[in-house]
Amino acid sequence: MNSLSSSRAFGLLLRRDLLLAFRRRSEIANPLIFFVLITSLFPLGIGADNSMLRAIGPGVIWVAALLASLLSLDGMFRSDFEDGSLEQFMLSAHPVSILVMAKVFAHWLVTGVPLLAVSPLLGVLLVIPAEGIAMLMLTLLLGTPVLSLIGAVGVALTVGLRQGGIILSLLVLPLYVPVLIFATNAVGTTIAGIPVTAQIYILSAMLVLAVSLAPLATAASLRVSLS
Amino acid sequence: MIHFFHQMSSPRYFYDFAGRLVPWLVIACVLCLIPGLYLGLVEAPPDYQQGDSYRIIFIHVPAAWMSLFIYMVMAGSGAIGLIWRIKLAEVISIASAPIGASFTFLALATGSLWGKPMWGAWWVWDARLTSELLLLFLYLGVMSLYNAIEDRRTASRAAAILAIVGVVNIPIIHYSVEWWNTLHQGPTVTKLDKPSIHLSMLIPLLLMAAAFKLYYAFLVLMRARCEVLRREKNSRWVKDLVGQAS
Repeated sequence: MNSLSSSRAFGLLLRRDLLLAFRRRSEIANPLIFFVLITSLFPLGIGADNSMLRAIGPGVIWVAALLASLLSLDGMFRSDFEDGSLEQFMLSAHPVSILVMAKVFAHWLVTGVPLLAVSPLLGVLLVIPAEGIAMLMLTLLLGTPVLSLIGAVGVALTVGLRQGGIILSLLVLPLYVPVLIFATNAVGTTIAGIPVTAQIYILSAMLVLAVSLAPLATAASLRVSLS
Repeated sequence: MIHFFHQMSSPRYFYDFAGRLVPWLVIACVLCLIPGLYLGLVEAPPDYQQGDSYRIIFIHVPAAWMSLFIYMVMAGSGAIGLIWRIKLAEVISIASAPIGASFTFLALATGSLWGKPMWGAWWVWDARLTSELLLLFLYLGVMSLYNAIEDRRTASRAAAILAIVGVVNIPIIHYSVEWWNTLHQGPTVTKLDKPSIHLSMLIPLLLMAAAFKLYYAFLVLMRARCEVLRREKNSRWVKDLVGQAS
């Protein structure tokens, strides 16, 4: 029965999810377009004053990344729930938390990494200096996996619900706040010319904490949702 | 002791026991509330800086304490319900959520009323205010998740998981906003060796805190009794009870 090792199951599930994502490319593109659109609305609404843009830029980009990640979360378990494969995962011999890890990792690769790739462009649009953009990318690299991991718990809790989307934002956004605070603080401090280490350590600590605890909570939530 | 807990986990026994306990808790609550309000609003001297407007502390601080305490009760009994599958713990957990949300709202509202004369603004983006606001959102999230799921037992288990995830996050949220920005005064009561608050103000404050705890205790028992009846509506003893009443 257990001829497949758990690490191999992780790899197979990751490949399957990536393949599914690339067959539906528009679903990858939508959150990305949303991210760019939201960010470019701010200069239009607030006025194109360079010093002000520089001051609010990191926060705007991070809030837009938060919302884009929230928007893309809904699809994480939805199709698997609808066609029943989620129940098969629960019945398989492998720990559910490992399978959850594979799904979250795939989700981050198709949603978090594109955000990371576009962010320098948005940084330039909002007149953030070069060191600031580098720091922005570093915080996004550390922060977006945390968003996917925490979001997975919320999605797992709301997967069977009809109006899951609105409740999901209510569940997940308060939990996103610490990431937002430290990430924007790190970028702002860098722009002010002060070297940043503490915020990066704390973001890394959050990532470690989320990697180790969130899959367990997600697995428990899936068990409740599917029962 | 174990026997007691075993009995308490039976909904029927709990219903009777809580019903007998509630009047006593109400009496005890009133006995703390009246002298607490009298000592706080009439007897205690006005503050040398803040005058009489500091007196809102006797509502504000106990409400803020309760908002955190009830969250811990909610998450703790939720965890007990998840691990040992005790129905009653689930009921207590979910019965606590609206009460906790109300106390959190009360703490925020009284805080902003106090902030207007002291800081000159209804609201500042200060560490404690922000983390209290996020606590309110967590409560609302737990409640809306519970209400969105049809099956009551599944709903309370899902809400319990969310409450536990929130517990991990509360210290992180608290310290993140604390380092981010702070204007609120530091704690004045919990410095046990030498409280920086005068005894004539400390005694009414503690009386009010006790009154709020007792208020929560009888309210949660009343809500839990209703919830038990609703969940057990197909069982024999509830039908007998309702039959007697009508």
